[in-house]
Amino acid sequence: MEVRRGIAVAPGVAIGPALVLGSEDFRIPQRFIRGDAIETEWGRFQAALTTAVAEISGHEELAAARLGQQYGAIFAAHRQLVQDPKLIKDIEDLIRQKCYSPEFASSRVLRKYAKTLQNLGDRYFAERANDLFDLEKRLLRHLLGERREELTQLTAPVLVLAHNLTPSETANLDKKFVLGFATEVGGKSSHTAILAGALELPAVVGVGSFLADVSGGETVIIDGNQGTVIVDPDEETLSSYHDAEEKMKSVAIRLNSLGPLRSETLDGVPIHIYGNIEFPEEVDHCLERGAEGIGLYRTEFLYLGNDQEPSEEAQYSAYAHVVRAFPNGPVVIRTLDLGAEKFPAAMQEIIEGTPNPTLGLRSLRLTLHNLPLFKTQLRAILRAAVEGDVRLMFPLVSTLLELRQAKMILGDVIEDLEEQRVPFNPKVKVGMMVEVPSAALMADEFAREVDFFSIGTNDLIQYTLAVDRANPAVANLYSSADPSILRLIEGVVRGAEKHNKPVSVCGQMSSDPIYIPLLVGMGLRELSVTPQSILEVKQAVRSITVAQAREILDRAKTLDVARDVESYLRGEMKKLSPDPVL
Amino acid sequence: MNPIPTCTREVVVKLENGLHLGPSSQIVQLAQKFSCEFMIRKGERKVDGKSMLDLLTLAAENGAVLVLEARGADAEDALQAIAALFERNFVTDPPA
Repeated sequence: MEVRRGIAVAPGVAIGPALVLGSEDFRIPQRFIRGDAIETEWGRFQAALTTAVAEISGHEELAAARLGQQYGAIFAAHRQLVQDPKLIKDIEDLIRQKCYSPEFASSRVLRKYAKTLQNLGDRYFAERANDLFDLEKRLLRHLLGERREELTQLTAPVLVLAHNLTPSETANLDKKFVLGFATEVGGKSSHTAILAGALELPAVVGVGSFLADVSGGETVIIDGNQGTVIVDPDEETLSSYHDAEEKMKSVAIRLNSLGPLRSETLDGVPIHIYGNIEFPEEVDHCLERGAEGIGLYRTEFLYLGNDQEPSEEAQYSAYAHVVRAFPNGPVVIRTLDLGAEKFPAAMQEIIEGTPNPTLGLRSLRLTLHNLPLFKTQLRAILRAAVEGDVRLMFPLVSTLLELRQAKMILGDVIEDLEEQRVPFNPKVKVGMMVEVPSAALMADEFAREVDFFSIGTNDLIQYTLAVDRANPAVANLYSSADPSILRLIEGVVRGAEKHNKPVSVCGQMSSDPIYIPLLVGMGLRELSVTPQSILEVKQAVRSITVAQAREILDRAKTLDVARDVESYLRGEMKKLSPDPVL
Repeated sequence: MNPIPTCTREVVVKLENGLHLGPSSQIVQLAQKFSCEFMIRKGERKVDGKSMLDLLTLAAENGAVLVLEARGADAEDALQAIAALFERNFVTDPPA
């Protein structure tokens, strides 16, 4: 049994057989085969070999005919290499005597010979090692043939283990069969992480090199709560996880009963709970759990994974889908907030080579620099606003000037739509994310010029504490419980109150039940949370009175370090809420 | 019982890149046509002349002196044919 630690990015536990994806173009799904499969596997190797040889002969003929004999001779040499009796004998031995899969055996043997060549010290011969790598790829291609697209041809539940998963691979994981995944690289704010959360698939990333030590089919536990991957767990571990699974199931059942119940404090004060979404599809999760609307629709995902920007129509369609699902509640759509690492290919030139992309041309600044892109999005949002209570929100606002510029462009777009007689809603409420410290400090000024605030605690904490939460060396400095953050948030709430403007919190802080008393105590009445957290947050809301919340806030404000505040809050939540969810 | 004859023949590599893929390929192709055992020796090292991989690992450079060894019924013929390859510097026959 081996336990590896990584970064937990989506909660939950998955237990099952591993599907190992390699990091190169070919993927070795399985390293070892069962004893009774040896003959069929050997047969499969021979068939693949025959096809490979035929393929090479085809190339040989073509090359000789078109380019001349000596080019054909290169392929002839390859053909002979791949049929080398030593090579074949070595592969056969590995398959028959060590139960290696043909893919694994071929790869091993070819690489062994390649290494020998590389160590010869003669450059020409060392370069011939590349011929062997080439052959390896060819053989593997033939061996894997139809099986290359493992992710789309699943027939049984698996846990996917890979070096990395692209956002589109992650988004396309078939939840019917994929129980969870773990990758060697990746950070907490990577797309893969966000997608895992949206898909509600237990996931751990940044485990480091571990694929070499797992065989396809081995039992693996992915613990998305603790951030661990356990390979080949022993009996004791397995049974304790199974027990935990049972407990989780019963907690989940109890939580689900909260769905239709009202989100209000013990003394009847309504606290509105909305959902944070990335994809229109997540709307269902929000609806099921009784969210009253969408507090943050992150539009970036429409722009990712494609080389082209999404058209106005494509955007309109996605926004309208979400709006129609919530005819009676607000849907807050945030304009493009592409962070430095999220740029699709087409936009790379703009940010190439900047040393500090997070503080650079991204998000609102980027859209202010790219008017066609910005206006297209604004048009789509205004049009979708016909169908419901759509609210528009600008991210990363740092100065009043920026805000005014954005509003001016919005004004231009409204004029255009009027002139073109395109149906849209001119009375859309316009708000902003409060995530830059400058905006938090000047909240009372900003509150004059917007219809609402939404506090983006993730970035607010990073900017205020100057911490990159994706950097494991300093991640422990990042905390929603830091006294500086509490002070800032209170300041924002006071500033908004001065001008009677509503404030919500949409960062991860509001999705963590322990912070609910704090936020409610400060006067917040709107929370936008991840769909998975809706029920837990509702439960927290329903277990306190506003007076109790204020008491907890006052006590928390006397503590001067984040760690103490966090412990205190955890303790209070345990007292208030009977169900300890793992 | 008659001892199986082992024939040997010395050859010299006269190729700029040594015994690379192309020539090795020709040797193997030809050698496999004969039933005898066929080995090539360079100094202390002896490899199977019917295996491309083995030949490559011999890394016979330009000017290397190699000893061809064959054992079996058609050993003489094999050596004759293969030595001829070396003698004409592995120039391939023009297509018929």
